[in-house]
Amino acid sequence: MYKIIIPTRYLLKRRITYFAVMAVALCIFIVLVVMTVMTGLVSEFKQKNHRFAGDCVVGTKSLVGFAYYEDFIEMLERADFIKGVSPVIKSHALIRRRDSERYTRVEIMGIDPAMHSLATGFAETLYYHKDDVSNAFRPAYDPNLPGCILGIDLELQRDAQSEYTYQASPARVGYSISCLPLTAKGALAQAGTDMIDTKTFYYSDNTHSGLPRVDISAVYLPFEQAQQLCMAGAEKRANAIHIRFQPNVTLEEGCSKVAAIWQNFRQEKTGADLAYLLDNVTVQSWRSYRRESIAPMEQEQTVMSVMFGFVAITTVFVVQVVFYMIINHKRKDIGILKSIGVSDFDVLELFSGFALLVGVLGSGIGLFTGWVFLVKINRIEDWLFERFGFQLWDRTIYAIGEIPNRVELKVVVAIFLSAIAACLVGALLPSWKAARQRPVETLQVNPL
Amino acid sequence: MIDSMSKDNVILKAEGIHKSYRMGATQVKVLKGVDLAVKKGEFVAIVGASGSGKSTLLHILGALDKPNKGVVTFEKRDLSRFSGGELNRFRNKTVGFVFQFYHLLDELSVLENVYLPAMTGRSMLGWLACRKWAKNRARELLAQLGLAERAKHKPYQLSGGERQRAAIGRALMNEPQLLLADEPTGNLDSATGNGILEVLEKLNRAGQTVVMVTHDERIAQRAGRIVTLVDGKIEHKHTR
Repeated sequence: MYKIIIPTRYLLKRRITYFAVMAVALCIFIVLVVMTVMTGLVSEFKQKNHRFAGDCVVGTKSLVGFAYYEDFIEMLERADFIKGVSPVIKSHALIRRRDSERYTRVEIMGIDPAMHSLATGFAETLYYHKDDVSNAFRPAYDPNLPGCILGIDLELQRDAQSEYTYQASPARVGYSISCLPLTAKGALAQAGTDMIDTKTFYYSDNTHSGLPRVDISAVYLPFEQAQQLCMAGAEKRANAIHIRFQPNVTLEEGCSKVAAIWQNFRQEKTGADLAYLLDNVTVQSWRSYRRESIAPMEQEQTVMSVMFGFVAITTVFVVQVVFYMIINHKRKDIGILKSIGVSDFDVLELFSGFALLVGVLGSGIGLFTGWVFLVKINRIEDWLFERFGFQLWDRTIYAIGEIPNRVELKVVVAIFLSAIAACLVGALLPSWKAARQRPVETLQVNPL
Repeated sequence: MIDSMSKDNVILKAEGIHKSYRMGATQVKVLKGVDLAVKKGEFVAIVGASGSGKSTLLHILGALDKPNKGVVTFEKRDLSRFSGGELNRFRNKTVGFVFQFYHLLDELSVLENVYLPAMTGRSMLGWLACRKWAKNRARELLAQLGLAERAKHKPYQLSGGERQRAAIGRALMNEPQLLLADEPTGNLDSATGNGILEVLEKLNRAGQTVVMVTHDERIAQRAGRIVTLVDGKIEHKHTR
């Protein structure tokens, strides 16, 4: 019982322990807030990438694309683990607003909006056709005109608070889209004459994927028209097939099944005229397909984790220094306790209990204040912006709405246990030193 | 001398105790073959000049320190053969220490300081089972020592004499067979010191075995037997 009473009294009576508690609390506060925000940002970013790509992508980086994709889609559609399949044309183009002379480089995405919405989360990113995705390429002002869906940042401007100003219906704006159509051999079509193919499309909707690169450069066109614009030759080609699995199918399982179907398909097509185009086609999970985009975020998260490793080391060091000071101050008490029969191990336990108390209290304070701060973080940021024009993340640069603040239980538990461990590690050496003290060394006035 | 004592009555015996300390490059021999026997119910004073090794001897007798050579037996059991756990139990249950500077824990109240040995000698469950008894015993001791009103005070709120009486209370908490007092009046004025000696005398009259270390011959006169330590050896012993 004294192992509880004495550490509690030390904690309450010795002001220096408040520093240890505050140091732990501060570290925990910082770790919780930054980890929650960082984890939230990364997880949100991954979610957006998943929504953009679907579960699996069979495709090639070559702008030439690959042939026989319709046969492959048929094979996929027969598989019961597939929920949706969407062929996509991908190419680069120049876009010019009809009332402007300025050209902008964009990435063409030729899709069937209904199929693409079944394979990916495309429909969720639309504004005007969220619930009528099959008509997404029909401009509300004239459904007979060829429509295009623009990445939101191509058409709308964000205000400082990340809000877009939408009109009740899309404005009648025409865009000239120019592309260099490629043959199946990879050569420019109509070489020597009019190499550039230009068509006019009308703004029918915008897509807000939350992925900055997509939102600022993607232009979605109807599949067939994009195919005509970007690809030349008798055999139809596509650049990618986006796939969504049934909900009960895991990513690994689904991707390996698709890879197996692809292998069969390739064998079937051996000897076909354009079989060589299938050589560069890969089957990738959405994580792998979007790794260039996700990897830097994950790397940033790893760097943050390493930095928090240093924070943990600092906590250990602070606790160690405080415990050295306390134990030096309490040498006499250790001698007294030993003179009344307290063992070395009991002394070790007593000071470890003290460290545990500091850890529990510090973590408790840090987690509570961190949680309160996170709950209010968006309000605090709004207030700072209104008062001082300060924003943690400039919304004109970062594609985030609110700062993520959902505290995850597993993160809280991990932080709490790490803090306790850090305190125990920090107190271990001084406690062990205290336990090894001989009572006569501390109780005698004159050693003789 | 040891042989001449009634062997059955001897509770504590030290034979050929040697103890030396290293001080820088030199080895200082403090005890050079001390023989001492203490009978049950005796009040023995060990007298010696400062640095003569009397405190060292007391610590060895109470198992707070170990001799380099020689044997200490308590009720015919050799302390050097005790395991760590047995030594801790010996210090907790069999011996009570009173120090010159009281050595009370500042964070605990006087009452808590007194019942601390009862708490440290038991597991948490053991303590929960006996805490009522322990608190009552501590209160009784404080009442006997004239500190009933000071039970809830902190040590720093007491006078020197009161602190020493609280320390005596702590030493007596587990009803030890042997009370070891190291200069118990050394830090007190003569009137207060006299009060402490009266407490020790009273305890001794009630059957408590007491070994007291002092450098003051007049204080030593209050004991039943005086042992003088000179140059690391027992010089002479005389009984009052």
